[in-house]
Amino acid sequence: MQFIKDRLNYLFKSTKGLILVAIAMIGIETAVFGMLSGPMAELGVRDFLVRALNMDIVQAEREGRIVILYHSIAMAVMAIETYMITSLVKMKEFYRNAARALITIGYLLAMIFGIGFAYWGHNWAFHGLYITGLSLIFFAGVFLTIALWPWNKEYFQPDKAYARTKKGLDLERMAFFATALTTVISALFGAVPGAYFGNGFEVFLAENIIRLPHKTTMEYSVIGHLHIMLALIAIMITLIVGRWMDFKGILHKFAMPFIILGTIVLNLGVWGVVTPLEPIAHMIIYMGATPAMFGALLLVIFSWDKLIRNGTAELGKATGWQKFKALLHDPLRFGPFWQMVFMNFTVSGIGIFYAIRLDEIFRMWSHRDERIELTGHWHVLSAIIATIILLYYGDMIGLKGKIRKLYGWGIILLSDLAFGAVTIFEIKRLFIDEAVQQPLVNTLMYLMDFGLGMLLVILAMLLIWRLYDLFKKKGRWTEEIPHELSEEVK
Amino acid sequence: MLRTVSLTVILVAVLLASCAPVDLNAPVPVFETGVDPDAWATVPAGEFLQGQFAKPTSIDYDYQIMVTNVTVQQYVDFLNDALAGGAIRVDGDQALGFYPGDEFRGANHELEILAGDYLLVPTNDPASRFTFLRYDGAAFVASAGWENHPMTNVSWFGAWNYCGYYGYRLPTELEWEKAARGSEDDRPFPWGYEIARNNANFYASRDPFEDMSSFGSRTSPVGFYNGRVYDGYQTIDSASPYGLYDMAGNVWQWTGDVTENFSDRFMHGGSKLTYDMDLRIWVRNSAPPMYYSSSVGFRCVNP
Repeated sequence: MQFIKDRLNYLFKSTKGLILVAIAMIGIETAVFGMLSGPMAELGVRDFLVRALNMDIVQAEREGRIVILYHSIAMAVMAIETYMITSLVKMKEFYRNAARALITIGYLLAMIFGIGFAYWGHNWAFHGLYITGLSLIFFAGVFLTIALWPWNKEYFQPDKAYARTKKGLDLERMAFFATALTTVISALFGAVPGAYFGNGFEVFLAENIIRLPHKTTMEYSVIGHLHIMLALIAIMITLIVGRWMDFKGILHKFAMPFIILGTIVLNLGVWGVVTPLEPIAHMIIYMGATPAMFGALLLVIFSWDKLIRNGTAELGKATGWQKFKALLHDPLRFGPFWQMVFMNFTVSGIGIFYAIRLDEIFRMWSHRDERIELTGHWHVLSAIIATIILLYYGDMIGLKGKIRKLYGWGIILLSDLAFGAVTIFEIKRLFIDEAVQQPLVNTLMYLMDFGLGMLLVILAMLLIWRLYDLFKKKGRWTEEIPHELSEEVK
Repeated sequence: MLRTVSLTVILVAVLLASCAPVDLNAPVPVFETGVDPDAWATVPAGEFLQGQFAKPTSIDYDYQIMVTNVTVQQYVDFLNDALAGGAIRVDGDQALGFYPGDEFRGANHELEILAGDYLLVPTNDPASRFTFLRYDGAAFVASAGWENHPMTNVSWFGAWNYCGYYGYRLPTELEWEKAARGSEDDRPFPWGYEIARNNANFYASRDPFEDMSSFGSRTSPVGFYNGRVYDGYQTIDSASPYGLYDMAGNVWQWTGDVTENFSDRFMHGGSKLTYDMDLRIWVRNSAPPMYYSSSVGFRCVNP
């Protein structure tokens, strides 16, 4: 009994244990439900899985199933970010514990019962528990926001190396607070239409109605919600890895105001979608996204500069090649920031090009081709955030030596291979006609499947190792119990 | 070193494979389906369950709709007749026909469609299943083996002109949906609630016309999925409740609605290039009316 109690204590009370559980849940869900997607259907895997697991797949409910699936994964990602924030940022013990307890119960309820409802028949008790889970996560967000309140003098920043006001208000904490607060508010933009589900509101996927000229307020609300939530998850992980790298100095002082400003303006733009400001909402969104992304760029510059400085400290005057080697020496510390840069090629760059040439090029395609671009675009952004979490996780569990390099470079190279292929797939109509696309499509599919498949294999190996470790009396898990991420900021 | 070279060779081979040319004229199996492309079905007035959420909707008139998509041969016959009669013209690499234009409201992303001549079909697109011959006169000829396949590479203007030339018109979305679903239930597919690979021609459905390693998925003859066996390939009879074929898969089908503030035209039915989810009756695709593709065709209704 003590054996189980000790493990459960680790898994559900320690920061690293909680993160491990959430990663495992996402990994399992992604592996299983990814097999229902198009390429797996081609191979007959989907039909086999549906039969083997006795799923109840109703054709008319596909969109609803997908909405629940996306939510269940996103909630676990939110939980991971919450664990990281509550371990990195100073706050009162009560709020920390409340936020963690609520979000843990919340995401597990949302994931288990949401998926149960969506894929195994309509047990409405399951749906109720799914909604309960989402509600608990919302209240966890409220607690987290309160915990991050930056105007408490106890949390003022005494060190002038960090972004702060003259009075000492910690601007990094302010950025965390602004992101948490706007996340909670933006959650309502999905919750309100969701509350009308079955009572005048019908489920839909945003990419399917993108071209329609007439959208209801609730449809706009949902579209705004899904965009802003993903953007806020991305901003939050940027702040988290910034704290991990001990982001400070002049770049920190510039970056934090930009991130705060960008986050607030970005949210105002998205919320404006359901107001008479809708015609100019996109302009406001661009005005918010630009400073937020500039703040992230400053973090990338800081972190890479730090890696180079640390890696060449003992060399005296280092050559360009030595600096380059120092930059790439540790994939777990280089990777998260490289992924942010890579995102500009696969997500932001494509998005900007798309917005600029929308009417001349993309709206001359069929809607289906546009839909491929839209879904590919945000799947890649979501997956990039996931890889950043995995890279940070590799560091926090202390991977060393060759394993550290294999794990880190494996994640970076395999994911970038897959995301690069997805990006070419999205925009293929720019340079190839539908009638002759098959060889290119085949190659891109192989690259995507190989990249993502092998990435999942790496994740599976990691999880199996961690599971094996849990059976050891003095396993690594015992060392991780007391550790907080704030102790590992370097 | 050896490992690096091997990996490089594999990567280069994979990339080169993606550049392999596609033979658009690769031989196509020729099958007679026994389904008459000149046949029409009558859809009686009355209620049906419309869309994904099965809303009771009524169409208060009978209408006739073609049992199959318009075939390459039918369209070529139209082109030749209309060209000879002066109803359409060929200019450069385009067959053009008149369209009276849409009311333009200047909405966001709306294209202005003025009265004038518009592209019906390109005359020299390698993916087209017909040839345009220029000699003393001019004539369109269906490519051998493709005569009974659905006409593709035809714009909405081309579909609109074809139907109008014979006194027909394109179906509205509601008419199309009712013809596909029938009036008895909320089935997602014209034949019922489930889909198998031999119900319809969709992406990687392993029909006799596709080769996913080279040219990919190609059209199948109209009415192909009628329960017959073709060279050992067993099809399931997948007619809609009113006896229509190919209302799911093979080619997207243009519908006739012109929507306020929106210049795109809607299509239904999914195609040889889409996964089965797009074959569900209510799924919409759309494109500007000048758009054409090797996976878009149409059928007409008789008012």
